[in-house]
Amino acid sequence: MKRWVCAAVGTAGIVATAFAAEIPRAERRSGYDFMGRETRAMQDDDTANPGMLWVLEGEALWNRKLGAAGRACADCHGDARANMKGVAARHPSFDAVRARPLGLEERINVCRTDRQQAPPLAYESRELLALTAYVARQSRGLPIDVTIDERTQPFLDAGRATFFRRQGQLNFACAQCHDDNWKEKLAGAPITQAHPTGYPLYRLEWQNVGSLQRRLRNCITGMRVDNYPLGAPELVDLELYLMWRARDMKLETPAVRP
Amino acid sequence: MERLPSRRDFLRVVGGVTAGLAATIVIEPAAATPAAMQDAIRKIVGSARVGTGRVKLELPPLVENGNTVPLAVSVESPMTEADHVRAIHVFTEKNPQPEVVSFRFGPRAGRAQVATRIRLADTQTVVAISELSDGSFWAANANVVVTLAACLEDA
Amino acid sequence: MASALINVPSRAKRGEVIEIKALISHPMETGYRRTQLGVRIPRDIIRVFVCTYNGTEVFRAELHSAIAANPFIVFSTVATESGTLALSWTGDNGFSVTESATIIVGDPDMAPHTPQRSEPSRETRDGPR
Repeated sequence: MKRWVCAAVGTAGIVATAFAAEIPRAERRSGYDFMGRETRAMQDDDTANPGMLWVLEGEALWNRKLGAAGRACADCHGDARANMKGVAARHPSFDAVRARPLGLEERINVCRTDRQQAPPLAYESRELLALTAYVARQSRGLPIDVTIDERTQPFLDAGRATFFRRQGQLNFACAQCHDDNWKEKLAGAPITQAHPTGYPLYRLEWQNVGSLQRRLRNCITGMRVDNYPLGAPELVDLELYLMWRARDMKLETPAVRP
Repeated sequence: MERLPSRRDFLRVVGGVTAGLAATIVIEPAAATPAAMQDAIRKIVGSARVGTGRVKLELPPLVENGNTVPLAVSVESPMTEADHVRAIHVFTEKNPQPEVVSFRFGPRAGRAQVATRIRLADTQTVVAISELSDGSFWAANANVVVTLAACLEDA
Repeated sequence: MASALINVPSRAKRGEVIEIKALISHPMETGYRRTQLGVRIPRDIIRVFVCTYNGTEVFRAELHSAIAANPFIVFSTVATESGTLALSWTGDNGFSVTESATIIVGDPDMAPHTPQRSEPSRETRDGPR
């Protein structure tokens, strides 16, 4: 398979100007709108959406007793369909004990270690993706609604700074593609606005479900920037900024993307 | 004390190693060729004539990612015991292997209509051959342009 | 852990042609990929998909490496009688999964059907996944 390097961008004629303003709220569009008709149809049909396989597995895991505490998620949280509604739409959210926002994956692992007395699940492991997909599926159709207050503001600012900072060998900032050039194409594929409206999602490129952090790492590699490890605070701060930037857009988990 | 290897010995050894390596590196074609696809089709069809028509092959003309390309194929047929579609075979001309899938039907299918998702290694032509209960063959083809997602992850 | 998602109408009229959708998780490793060291990754795919209706085979698909990961197949069958539709997938490394769904087939003046989702049943597989 050919590997397109984002260095191709150098010849794509993207003009590096001082940053334009963020995308006006009325002009925000989900990655869904940039996809072809068939890929959208794959997402829309629960009986055809490959991401639903992970949601199914997540449902089984939700009900499985495990850990030294012999407890299932369901034992504390009951029926996810009722009790997890809105949870994914509000993550990353502030955790008082750790004094910083946690993403949904981190939150699930906190529950595993603290409440189930089980080891944390590895990032991008099938189990963690399945549980995250199942929980996030319960927020499908709900508006993204992360809380920004005096506690989370510094982390939002850090995430925003990362989004606007020129970095790496190409001296690129996320904003240059995703705020300024989202109507254009990169190596034949449309540049989206980069709203995390459907994570974890089934990416055709991965032939697998993956998290927002995995997708961010793909982009960061493409930008030729030293990457952050999965779970790094920089990635969670960026997640928080991106979710805030997408506030009120509807969650589509499990989405399908190219 | 051992004799130090002479330059000739050294070159002979290196040459031997290189030849050995060359023997184990398998050069494979990056993709099948249209000829390979014709051979695969001939295995199914034999010397029978392949008509055009009756088969409807639907693929998107441009796909975002060749990993997952939706494909639908149907054949007009009453699907009775006397007159039905026995099979639909799908081939590609540039994948490493021309065969994609063979669907088998009988009158109990009701309709000779299937859908699935396939992989396409490159922009190419996809061919569907249907085999009817009277022994006749009918074909349709479709051209698909395959683009790739831009920022790929490092392995 | 292989999950499958099948979509079969729970009721149908006798003689009606019903559509069945089958989705199963499987990487469909083509056998054409190589590691970064150049070592070929062996093929690991689902080879055959079969649907039986009260024990009689009504549909079959022979899959090759060009079928996308997490294979998805949509096909039709005639609703002849009430009973069990069994969908099975078999492949490399002893892969074998079967899912079943029941269907009630009645006479034309029946209430409209709703699709049902099956629960995973037996799965066997050799080796690590």
